Amino acid sequence: MNLSIEQRGSAVLLAVHEERLDAHNSSELKAQMLKLFEEGKNNLIVDLQAVRFVDSSGLGALVSGFKNASSRNGSLKLSGLQLQVKSMFELTRLHRVFEIFADVDEALASFS
Amino acid sequence: MNTDRIEVDIKVPNQTRYLCLIGHIGENIALALKHYGGDREKLAYELNLVLTEAMANAIQHANEGDPAREVHIEIGIIERNLTIRVYDHGQGFDIRQFAEPSHPLDEHGRGIYLIHTIMDQVSYLPSNGGHVLEMSKKLD
Repeated sequence: MNLSIEQRGSAVLLAVHEERLDAHNSSELKAQMLKLFEEGKNNLIVDLQAVRFVDSSGLGALVSGFKNASSRNGSLKLSGLQLQVKSMFELTRLHRVFEIFADVDEALASFS
Repeated sequence: MNTDRIEVDIKVPNQTRYLCLIGHIGENIALALKHYGGDREKLAYELNLVLTEAMANAIQHANEGDPAREVHIEIGIIERNLTIRVYDHGQGFDIRQFAEPSHPLDEHGRGIYLIHTIMDQVSYLPSNGGHVLEMSKKLD
């Protein structure tokens, strides 16, 4: 899976550079987030700007990350959701669970 | 012809790497329809999603992840009626347990619910030693 990870102030920016986040690659995202949590990096921004399609497995991986971050007194926030991807969060009511920001800068500002 | 008539019959290995291929076929069908009055981009995402979820479900819950098996998919559009059938070779599962939305913090169990929200009718029945997930929708 094509991801980039970058420390940005008090948060880690994890950008997904894939067109699809689905049952084929979502376990890799989940494993990568777990690795960050194990390193004590509990404040994450997952940027989905490049992602055009998310399925239920992709949503599940993000929920897993959200729960792990929260249980470690951190938080997982999302940025850059494309219109159709955002509708998926609304359809599954996950827009009430996640803090969703228009872009990385807005998400970063929320951590300071 | 005044209506779209499309039939696609495809068999792919029981592996998640082919989800993208199947999803894209659904998306491209939506974009190619001659007669569709709704939001075409939305329909394209929905068909991509329904096919991805149905195939992932067959791989993980019915064919038990066995990469040697295959998933057989039929997509048909006749007179604005879309029917998708996904055949598996497994023992099947109880579709009713996934028909309701999962708790927001559950990590699994959203796939069949999403299919139900998009399609008009959904059934899962025995077929030729395996099962078939049949989903239909009126395309107005």
